[in-house]
Amino acid sequence: MRIGVVTFPGSLDDRDAARAVRLAGGEAVALWHGDADLKKVDAVILPGGFSYGDYLRCGAISRFAPVMAEVVAAANGGLPVLGICNGFQILCESHLLPGALTRNEHMHFICRDQKLRIEDNTSAWTNSYDAGQEIVVPLKNGEGCFVADTAVLDELEGESRVIARYLDVNPNGSLRDIAGIRNKRGNVVGLMPHPEHAVEELTGPTIDGLGFFTSVLNSMVNS
Amino acid sequence: MSIDTVSKAEETPDQAQPFAELGLKPDEYERIREILGRRPTSSELAMYSVMWSEHCSYKSSKVHLKQFGDKKPETDKLLVGIGENAGVVDIGEGWAVTFKVESHNHPSYVEPYQGAATGVGGIVRDIISMGARPLAVMDPLRFGPADAADTRRVLPGVVSGIGGYGNCLGLPNIGGEIVFDDTYLGNPLVNALCVGAMRHDEIHLASAKGVGNLVVLYGARTGGDGIGGVSVLASETFDADGPAKRPSVQVGDPFMEKLLIEATLEVLHAGLVEGIQDLGGAGISCATSELASNGDGGMHVWLDRVLLRDATLSPEEILMSESQERMCAVVAPENVDAFMAIIKKWDVEAVVIGEVTDSGHLTVDWHGERIVDVPPRTVAHEGPIYERPYARPSWQDALQADAPTADRLARPTTADDIRATVLNMIGAPNLASKAWITDQYDRYVLGNTVLSQPEDVGMVRIDEESGLGVAISTDCNGRFTKLDPYTGTQLALAESYRNVCASGAIPLAVTNCLNFGSPEDPDVMWQFAEATRGLADGCLQLGIPVTGGNVSFYNQTGDTAILPTPVVGVLGVIDDVDRRTPIAWNEDGELIYILGDTNDEFAGGEWANHVHKHLGGMPPKVDLERERLLGEVLVAGSRDGMLSAAHDVSDGGIAQVLVEMALHAGSGARCWIPDNIDPFTFLFSESAGRAVVVVARTEELRFTEMCAARQLPAQRVGVVDSGLGPDAGYPAGTQVLQFNDWFTLTLDELHEAHTKTLPALFA
Repeated sequence: MRIGVVTFPGSLDDRDAARAVRLAGGEAVALWHGDADLKKVDAVILPGGFSYGDYLRCGAISRFAPVMAEVVAAANGGLPVLGICNGFQILCESHLLPGALTRNEHMHFICRDQKLRIEDNTSAWTNSYDAGQEIVVPLKNGEGCFVADTAVLDELEGESRVIARYLDVNPNGSLRDIAGIRNKRGNVVGLMPHPEHAVEELTGPTIDGLGFFTSVLNSMVNS
Repeated sequence: MSIDTVSKAEETPDQAQPFAELGLKPDEYERIREILGRRPTSSELAMYSVMWSEHCSYKSSKVHLKQFGDKKPETDKLLVGIGENAGVVDIGEGWAVTFKVESHNHPSYVEPYQGAATGVGGIVRDIISMGARPLAVMDPLRFGPADAADTRRVLPGVVSGIGGYGNCLGLPNIGGEIVFDDTYLGNPLVNALCVGAMRHDEIHLASAKGVGNLVVLYGARTGGDGIGGVSVLASETFDADGPAKRPSVQVGDPFMEKLLIEATLEVLHAGLVEGIQDLGGAGISCATSELASNGDGGMHVWLDRVLLRDATLSPEEILMSESQERMCAVVAPENVDAFMAIIKKWDVEAVVIGEVTDSGHLTVDWHGERIVDVPPRTVAHEGPIYERPYARPSWQDALQADAPTADRLARPTTADDIRATVLNMIGAPNLASKAWITDQYDRYVLGNTVLSQPEDVGMVRIDEESGLGVAISTDCNGRFTKLDPYTGTQLALAESYRNVCASGAIPLAVTNCLNFGSPEDPDVMWQFAEATRGLADGCLQLGIPVTGGNVSFYNQTGDTAILPTPVVGVLGVIDDVDRRTPIAWNEDGELIYILGDTNDEFAGGEWANHVHKHLGGMPPKVDLERERLLGEVLVAGSRDGMLSAAHDVSDGGIAQVLVEMALHAGSGARCWIPDNIDPFTFLFSESAGRAVVVVARTEELRFTEMCAARQLPAQRVGVVDSGLGPDAGYPAGTQVLQFNDWFTLTLDELHEAHTKTLPALFA
C-alpha cells in the first residue's frame, strides 16, 4: 500500500506523516508540490505545517500547487485523502471540504494533548476506531477554529460527516466542537489535531493516532 | 549620490569621519588608519566599526574567555572547538551534534516580537551553517517582575515571537527557563539555543578556500533593516535628503528560513559547498571577512550584484544590513549550476557576488569603483582586545554578610504555616507552572521529542534505529551569581549537569550565554572575571569542555546592572532514549528517595526571594566531586533499570520537586520528613548536589547498596500511593500528597496553586 505525503514549501509534519504511515504498515511515498504527479499512490496525506508561511490565508496559495489539481481530481474519483491541520485548511480552500479554519478564539497558538471523540467510523480514515471511542492526540494550531454557516453545520451533523469532536476543552473555539469532518463519500477527511504525533509511546502522549493510518490501509484491503 | 572610494580616501586624508558616532574610540580609529596606511573609506569604516563592536569582536571578554581553552579538560569528543559558528561534539555511532546559545536581549526589549523571533532565526542559521540539521530549540528567558506593567508588554511579545517563528520553522521547542527579577525590568534577557545533528563527514566550516571559487549570497533580499548606527554614517557621508531613519531591529520571515534550511541541507548533502557562513550581526561585512580570513585570505566582491529589497540603499548600508534569512556559500565554478538549481527548486533567490582570490585582501567594488580594500584578518579576527579594569565591588562583603538566618528572616514552624508556605511557593512566578507559555510552542514537530518542559531536560532522539539521542538543560540562578559570581556560576553548571544526569544522559559538553552589565564598570567586570573563572574551573573538574558560547554586555538600566546571568547549557548523550528517566513516578508502591545532603542553605534561594524579597548571604556550597558522584548514580540507575523517575532538586527545594512529580504523575504519595532535620529546612532549602529518585520495590536493595558502596547519602522519604484520600478524610479517588502527620495537600489544590499564576497575569 503506497501512501503519498505531499511536501509544500513550509510543510513541517511531512516526515512525521511518513513515519506514521510506515509504523501502520504502509509505504510512504514523497510527493512534491510542484509536480503534477501522484506516482500511482493508493492514498494521499496533506501534512501539517505553515505552507507558504500561512501568507494571504492558511492554505490559500497551496491549493494552486500543480499537485493539487491531481489530488482534487483523484479525490473526486474516490482516492482517500487526509488533510491534517494545514492540510485540512488546504482541503477547505480546495473546496473538497466545506467550511473554513480561522484564528483561534483566544488568539494564541496552542499546543496540547487533546481528548477527542471519534463520531463517525465509516470513513476511509476512521474505520479502525469504534464509534464513540475517546482518544488523546496532540493538537497544535494558531488557526484551527472551524466555522461554517448553520445550514452547512446542520448538514454535516445530519449526514454523520463530523468525524471527531473536541472533548473536555474546546481548544480553539470551533463551532459545535468540531475537530474533523469528511466528504459525503467518506474518502476525504480533514482533521485539525495531529494523529501522526501519537504513533509511538516514546514520543507521543498515546498511540491513539495510529488508527487513522491503519484505517486507510484497511479500507484499501477491503475495497 | 557620491561614493567614497579607495582612491578618494587616498586623495583626502584629512576628511573628517564620524567614527565616534559609529562607536569607535579615537585610538581604534587611529589603528584602522595605521592598518590601511590611509583613512578608511566610509564603507571600510562601517565594516570595522561593526566588526570591532563588543558584540562581534568580544574585545572586553576575550582575555577571560581564553580560560575555556587553557583549562580545557582532556577529551576526544570535541570535533570542532571554540571559534567556529558552533562547537561540534562526537556522540558516537558516526553522529555529531552541534549546539549553541545566543542572546537577543536588546532587540527584544525594543520590539519584543521581532527581537525574539529573529533571535531564534539567527541561532538556527548558526547550526545549519555547520552542516547540521536543526533538531530543536530552547529559550532561556528573564523578565522584570511578573506583575510589572512593562513585563506585560514584553513577555507576551517575546513568547509570541518565539512561537511565531519557531513553530513556523518546524523545530520543536523543548525547554528553557523563565525567570522574573526586578533587575531585568528595563533589560529582559532573551537567549535562544539550537541543537543540530549531522554525520561526521557532513561537518562544514566557514572558510573560503580555493582560488577561483565563487561566493554565492542566497536567501532573502537585502533590505534596510537592522542597520543601526551605520545609517549615521550614510547620512554623514552623503549629501542626500537628511539622515536615513532606519529601524535597527530586524524583521524575521520564518517561512523563508524554513526554505533556507531545506535548500542549504540539500546543497550540503549534494557535496556542492566548499565553505558556508550565515549572515547575522554585521551582515555581508561579517560573512565575507570571516570567510576570507578563515580561508586562503583573499576575496573580491561585486557589491552591486546583491539583490535588494530597497534600491536606494547605499553600499555602506548593504555591507551592514542585518536583513534576516540570508546565507553565503563558497562554491566551485563547476558546481554553481547544480547549486543554483537546488536553491531555485526551493523558490529561493541566489546570486554570485564574489570570488576567492589569493590577493590577501578583501576587495569590494561598487559599479566598478573600489570601495573596500582591507586585509580580512584585521576586520574579522584582529580587532582590539581590552584588559578592562576590574575590582571586587565595595558592597560585596556587606551583601554576603547579610545571611538569611532564622533570626533575620522569620521562618514558618507550625504545620499550618508550612502547608501554607508550600502553596504560596509553588505559585510564585519563578516556581509556578510555565505551561501557559510553553503551550504556545510546538513541542511535537519532527516526531523525535522524548522529553520537554516541565521535565528536567529537553531530550530528542537522533537515530530512529538505535535510539541514540541527546539531552540538554540550561540553568542559572542569577541571585546566586550576584552573591558570589564564582560559586554561582559553578552552581549553574552543577544544576545543568545534574539535570542531564537525572534524565539518564551522560554529560558531554558545555555552552554558555554570559549576560552581564557594562564591562566599563569594574564591579561588573569583576563579576564577569569571576564567573568565567568559575565556569572554566568547573568544566575542567567535571571533565566536560566548553564548546562555544556568547557574551552579552551592557545589560543594564542606567547605572543598575542586571543580576550577573551566565546561562550554562550542558549537553548529554543517551545511547537509547527508551531508557530515559522522566520526572513523574509511575505506580503505587514505588519508593521515594532523596540523594545528597540537605543543609540550612537559603541565601539566594526562592523562599528568601519570594517570601521576604531578601537577597544576601553566601550561596549554597558547591561540591563538584559530589555532583559527579550523584551524576554517576543517576546514570547507572537509568542504565540498569533501577529508576522509575528522577528529578533534580534546585529552585524551591524538595517541596517543589515532590509537588511537580505528583502533579505530572497525577497520583499522590505518602512522604515523611526525616527526624534529623526541621521540616522547613527539609522542604525549602536549596542545597546543591541533590536529586529525588523513585525506585521500584524490587530494585530498592540493589539501588541502596549501590549508593552505599559509592558513599552517596540516600534517604527514603516516601512511597507512591494513590489510595490515601479516604484515610486523609477526602472522598475515595482524591489524590493527596501527605507529609506524615504534619499536613496533607490534595493534588487539586496543588494544581490550582501551581497553574493559576501565569494565566492570571498574562492571559
